[in-house]
Amino acid sequence: MRFEAPTTVEAAVSLLAAETGMARVLAGGTDLLVQMKSGMAEPDLVVDIKRIDAMHEITPEDGGFRIGAAVPGIALGEHEGVKAAWPGVVEGTELIGSTQIQGRATMVGNLCNCSPAADSVPAMAAAGAIARVAGPDGSRDVPVEEIAAGPGKSNLAKGEMVDSVFLPARPANAGDAYLRFIPRTEMDIAVVGCGVNLVLDGDGTCSEARVALGAVAARVFLVPEAAEALVGTKVDDAALDALAAACSAAATPIDDKRGTVEFRKKVAGVLARRAATIARDRAKGSA
Amino acid sequence: MLDKTAENGEFKYVGTRPQRPDGVDKVTGRARFGADMVMPGMLVGKVLRSPHAHAKIKSIDTSAAEALKGVKAVITAADLTADVPEAEYDTMVNCIAHGKALYDGHGVAAVAATSQAIANKALKLIKVDYEVLPHVTDVEEACKDDAPLLHDNIFTEGLEEEPTTPSNISGRVQFGHGDVEKGFAAADTIVERKFRTEATHQGYIEPHACVGNLSADGTGELWCCTQGHYMVRNSCAAILGIDISRLRVTASEIGGGFGGKTTIFIEPIALALSRKAGRPVKVVMTRDEVFRATGPTSSASMWIKIGAKSDGTITAMEGLLKYQGGAFKGTWVSLGCMTAFACYRADHMKTVGYDVLVNRPRAAAYRAPGAPMAAFAVESVVTELAEKLGIDPLEFRLQNAAKEGDQSSYGPKHRAHGLIETLETAKAHEHYNTPLGPNQGRGIACGFWFNFGGQTSTSLNVGADGTVNISVGTVDVGGSRASMCLMVAEELGVPYEKVRCVVADTSSLGHNDTTDGSRTTFASGMALILSARDAKQKLCARAAKIWEIPEEAVEWVDGHARPAGPNAGEFDPMSLAEIAGKAETTGGPIAGHHEYNARGAGVSFATHMVDTEVDPDTGRVTVLRYTVIQDAGKAVHPAYVEGQFQGGAVQGIGWAINEEYIYGEDGRLQNPGFLDYRIPVASDLPMIDTVIIENPNKGHPYGVRGVGETSIVPPMAAIANSVSAAAGVRMTELPMSPPRVLKAMDDAKA
Repeated sequence: MRFEAPTTVEAAVSLLAAETGMARVLAGGTDLLVQMKSGMAEPDLVVDIKRIDAMHEITPEDGGFRIGAAVPGIALGEHEGVKAAWPGVVEGTELIGSTQIQGRATMVGNLCNCSPAADSVPAMAAAGAIARVAGPDGSRDVPVEEIAAGPGKSNLAKGEMVDSVFLPARPANAGDAYLRFIPRTEMDIAVVGCGVNLVLDGDGTCSEARVALGAVAARVFLVPEAAEALVGTKVDDAALDALAAACSAAATPIDDKRGTVEFRKKVAGVLARRAATIARDRAKGSA
Repeated sequence: MLDKTAENGEFKYVGTRPQRPDGVDKVTGRARFGADMVMPGMLVGKVLRSPHAHAKIKSIDTSAAEALKGVKAVITAADLTADVPEAEYDTMVNCIAHGKALYDGHGVAAVAATSQAIANKALKLIKVDYEVLPHVTDVEEACKDDAPLLHDNIFTEGLEEEPTTPSNISGRVQFGHGDVEKGFAAADTIVERKFRTEATHQGYIEPHACVGNLSADGTGELWCCTQGHYMVRNSCAAILGIDISRLRVTASEIGGGFGGKTTIFIEPIALALSRKAGRPVKVVMTRDEVFRATGPTSSASMWIKIGAKSDGTITAMEGLLKYQGGAFKGTWVSLGCMTAFACYRADHMKTVGYDVLVNRPRAAAYRAPGAPMAAFAVESVVTELAEKLGIDPLEFRLQNAAKEGDQSSYGPKHRAHGLIETLETAKAHEHYNTPLGPNQGRGIACGFWFNFGGQTSTSLNVGADGTVNISVGTVDVGGSRASMCLMVAEELGVPYEKVRCVVADTSSLGHNDTTDGSRTTFASGMALILSARDAKQKLCARAAKIWEIPEEAVEWVDGHARPAGPNAGEFDPMSLAEIAGKAETTGGPIAGHHEYNARGAGVSFATHMVDTEVDPDTGRVTVLRYTVIQDAGKAVHPAYVEGQFQGGAVQGIGWAINEEYIYGEDGRLQNPGFLDYRIPVASDLPMIDTVIIENPNKGHPYGVRGVGETSIVPPMAAIANSVSAAAGVRMTELPMSPPRVLKAMDDAKA
């Protein structure tokens, strides 16, 4: 195995593009090193991107924020601007692993690991976050929910890497939230995850909404019917019931060691309802 | 034997809470655990494990692995002895498969190489030709006539008629007294139910690890993480065909065992590799290997029936227990049958047990092995019956609790014990009388464990400066060295800090049984008290010699020899240090020792109380409050007694709510890691409150009872009673994981 630590994105991309065997990008390493230790991944080339300065930055851009691929959860959680604008995204990222893991684990790494249960991704997808993909032919912008192709598989082409994620600007009266279901209280993996992002108009009617589910399909996905159930309502009990029903219906989970189909479909609705309630209260400034 | 009690106020050190002697080393990282040992020239050993639940091993080709540069030895079953004693045969075959892989993770071959990377590569080069066979991992499925058969030479033992066809049911056992049919006929109300529990792992944080160094002449040494290094020595010597006196085994510090380290897995492999390679070999299991190839406990299928008169008197108790013990014969169901009704008095009791073979790892002891699942079933029915009778479940237990002189469910008559006191204490406890909120429930349950004595050998040496070294052969899993030092300090009348305890290697003391059966504080403790009394006699003799008076004219009081009375003469008392300082001129070193097969272990009973809250939308269970009340006889070091109470409760909470072995259709374990095998994390738990009851054990000089195992017996039942109350539906299957609880609630509503 070869280890490289370039100082520019261009150099990283050329290394990744030139490798004939398996190449993997190393940011925090909290997924990659575990996979290597257990023998699940035996890369020929590991490219550490932490020597690239821009990867550590959180930069204001067009009223939103661009978050570098090596920004760890703990740095995101200490950024007042991102926390104020996108508390749900920050909370989702902060749920990854323990305090020690938070010092290393990154949102972009969590995205690129392509787990359907990734905790940061439903909130990012609900937020309308855009991943910037650097590659041999230059950069392209991709909605985060289109990065994963399936469990452990990405849509990135050879030589490509995500160098940052962009979180857009927030209008007034907006709120987001992410909730996951785990059997324990921490140190666990989502059995169901749900991100909700909504905007209210002056009289409290929902004008925009995005709802994303995790761990109930091969990848994190948006549920437009769930969003439609909220738009035009006061996000009251009837709307929340419709939202929950839409999420339960949209979930296509499998029976596995973490839960049954029946359980996950039901809990997808329960979490959506609870997350939407938090997002609504945040939008009203009451949470 | 009981000659010193709290009532006569004699204890000075016993019952205090000093720092543990091993504490500094453990918090500074200086303590050496299994994987910390390094020997010169050491190789890395790795085990190749079967990916199949059940497969005939047609051939193993190790030539490519042996040819790899850096590989120094490869072994298979052929490298272990052919004429192993019958008692060790299953243990050997569980380490390395002989002809047939019996479960996913069963060891098949092993390599020793100069690095881990080379060892891993070598494993991939070993070609095993498997013929995959049908498998069975479920205890009920395995009992069916058409189930895949694990062994064609096992016929059910314990049947009236000798069977003519082999079976996955290796044995039938029966316990009890009276006539249950008669008892049920006298009952006004009867409750019967079926229960299921899944296998759980002991979940010790330290994986198995050892370093073996065995020369061609059969002389060797082994460093390993175990609960019993004498057991390791004897088993390894038998499997390798060497004299036990030639193998010196040293126990490392241990990062948890809970019964799972009372047998061997990698130790004979390391020694066999070392013998072949001519160099020391270290084998350290990965967590995946720990889950797939060690532990776990039995999974169980049970049926319980209890009847009572309308005044609350239990008339009959009956149970049918089926436990799988993995791919080899087990004894765990017997212990389940014996303990199931041990908390109660009834004229008619009957338990029948079946030991069932399945394609899973060989079940190992796990803290009161066999008892917790039976208690889950019995205590659930006891509470349900009380509710049906309209009697408070705690009052119902008090009314029917076994007392001194009652016929026990497992044979002998009950001797004095503290069950009633635990129940009375629970009844008066603030916890029991605190109101609950919505979606919350409270459960109680009782539990019992026998405890054990066993073969024990200890020694005590007095140093020239008056300090004392003690040696035990029982591994310290739960702080027992502190307790040993306290008992010796008490007996000799010297400060606790002046007594130091080591766990000696197998060549330094006589045979010691493993640290199991909650025996160490009881049995090694009593041996040390007797060793100290032996030493005191010698100390008095030395003083007598110095004073030139008869030995019997000297007595030992408060750490000093003094003339026994006015007629003995007038001499200033001599301290232990003063006598020790003169030892060279009065006869040489002063020591005491004791060897015996300890009898008189006192049983221990407990009552647990727990409050839970169930999320009505997700079925998720939160443990809000937990109180353990248990009889310790005499708590030598109360902090470690409380630790045992809390540890058992916590493991029980894991077993009750989320821990389980999950097998796929392919018979492979789906969750061999701590991500999907969910032991509780700290934030899942409330503070576990404890109350120590001290009903002295008459079989120990200070009244000590073992406390390590009883604490895991009641939790699953207490939690099941609590969750059932909170969820409004009786939970009969473990674990009570969110999908299961939610489904039960939804089904009850439908």
